[in-house]
Amino acid sequence: MATINPDNHGLRLATRYVVLTLIAVIFIFPLLFMVMSSFKPDLQLLRDTSGIRAFLPVGDLSFDNYSAAFKRAPVGTFVFNSVLVTGVTVALSLFFCSLAAFSFVFLNWKGRNILLSIIIATLIVPFETIAIPLLLLVSKLPWIGLEGLQIGWLNTYRVQIIPWIADGLTIFLFVQYFKDLPRELIEASRVEGASWWQIYTKVVMPLAGPVMATAAILKFLVMYNQYLWPLIVVQQETYRPVMVGLQYFFQLNTAWGEIMAYLTLITVPVLAFYLVLQRAFIASIASTGVKG
Amino acid sequence: MASKLTTSNRAGWAFALPGFGLIAMFIVVPFFFAFFLSLTNQRLISPNPTEFIGLSNYKNLLSISVLTIDPETDADGQVLIGDDGQPSYPAVRSFTRNNPDFPQYNGMREWFRWQSGDQAKVVVAKDVVFWKSLRNTLMFVLVVAPLQGAIALGLALLVNQKLRGMNIYRAIYFMPVVVSIVVVSLLFRFIYDGDDGLLNNILSALSFGLFEGRDWLGSESSALGAIMGMSIWQAVGFHMVIWLSGLQTISPTLYEASSIEGASKWQTFRYVTWPGLRNTAVLVLIVITMQAFALFAQIDVMTNGGPLDSTTTVVFQAVERGYGKQDISGGATISVILFLLVLTISLIQRYLTREK
Repeated sequence: MATINPDNHGLRLATRYVVLTLIAVIFIFPLLFMVMSSFKPDLQLLRDTSGIRAFLPVGDLSFDNYSAAFKRAPVGTFVFNSVLVTGVTVALSLFFCSLAAFSFVFLNWKGRNILLSIIIATLIVPFETIAIPLLLLVSKLPWIGLEGLQIGWLNTYRVQIIPWIADGLTIFLFVQYFKDLPRELIEASRVEGASWWQIYTKVVMPLAGPVMATAAILKFLVMYNQYLWPLIVVQQETYRPVMVGLQYFFQLNTAWGEIMAYLTLITVPVLAFYLVLQRAFIASIASTGVKG
Repeated sequence: MASKLTTSNRAGWAFALPGFGLIAMFIVVPFFFAFFLSLTNQRLISPNPTEFIGLSNYKNLLSISVLTIDPETDADGQVLIGDDGQPSYPAVRSFTRNNPDFPQYNGMREWFRWQSGDQAKVVVAKDVVFWKSLRNTLMFVLVVAPLQGAIALGLALLVNQKLRGMNIYRAIYFMPVVVSIVVVSLLFRFIYDGDDGLLNNILSALSFGLFEGRDWLGSESSALGAIMGMSIWQAVGFHMVIWLSGLQTISPTLYEASSIEGASKWQTFRYVTWPGLRNTAVLVLIVITMQAFALFAQIDVMTNGGPLDSTTTVVFQAVERGYGKQDISGGATISVILFLLVLTISLIQRYLTREK
């Protein structure tokens, strides 16, 4: 191997950083373009695409596009719906999936292995292949609410929440995590006379912070970014989430400034959230790669 | 291991049932329901009772055959040459519309043709749009799965270097993953635009004006490619992170050993890194393939399947029929075919990458 002289080393280091930075530009610039454009009037926005100004906060900047977007569509309602559906689903998912995983890992019962195998098998069924039969199913499901018995779940919050609570991946993540906890802890608590519910709430869940964060982040991304499902089960704008609300902006006359404002509005909070919790986000994706 | 202390059928079922019940109800039941529906003529809302119609949904979607057409000849048996210098052929219609001599082609339409000697071979199908969606989806999978996997690995190797600031680069490369593909699709509609699109302007600036610019999504030859590029851009960070976690499981002592042995960079990658990434590679390939088969949002937001069905996909067709035309059984049949396709490809991948 050739000896490395300091200059050569410095040059190679610089090359590496140049390569890394050029790639970073490819990932960042489209998003930067989106945010910058959202503050520019349409004419300037189109003119700016011809140069570096597209990525810079220059010219006539204002929040006009934002107020126009709120006028064109009930943006507040869309955001509220998304936050509600995402929040409730994430919370219920953490509870139901951890409870099931707890039972699969720590309890012995008849049927345990079969049920777990079925759950793992669902991992190879893409949602897209069951969307249409599920649409028919939920259109016929009954529901008992304040107004008495109703048939059909279309155009509701529940149709956006309940089918997404439990999924194979979330249960699988909890199972993998619980398997690494010391079983003696559980058995000792049993000897002391703790009930299963007490062991779940007082012993196991306090130790489950990391896997809760992972499962919550993954579910959050899935739920907030929902598109196909709400598109086919929600026709009323009162229940529409943000991604379906996009349609208001590209169907009639296309006003790119308003579109960019709406895109920025629904994306930047998530990006900020990501940048703050960057390590947790990346760790949660990495943990889906741990092969069981 | 089966200790008396932890045996409890009642508690076990009680804790597992809510989660399992939801999965059974909303994943397992619709999954089998799809098979059932594909054998019926179910519609979303219909005054008529549902009938069991056997395999005819599958026949309508999948019927395909090759029609050989002889050129038209004049009275002497000479082949007639058209204005374009090619032999002229009778219209495909004359074979596929109520022609009692060719009942097997009835109701079919031309997909594409090629010339074989004087004869024209015409591929005809009952549902040409479905076949196009199948072709587009397979093309998308075949290009995106290896390309995205390889780029993700390249990025993972780059940010796995022990240099200052790697965390920042890793965070940036991952950033598009947290942005919804729907948002990305709409944003790229503007970037790919033919008139004021950012991409055209950048390419033209980089080539000092040589690049003429094109309507990326408006042309049959570039629309699917443009969608592939964007999809890779959005999702590649996800798989980079999975590769990274694979890279970090490789023991540093192996790298020390190979550097003591004087191995080159390529040799180290080939004999240390790559073998250590086996399981990760299988996982990445299968995950990307499954995601690629599910291609829908990009199409719905960017092209609606056009131009000329050049970007329509299997999922897009399933949704357009099952939801758009309320033809639940047609949509369900496409879903079943898609599932069988995904399953077959995953099994083949598993077989090809099995431990030898």
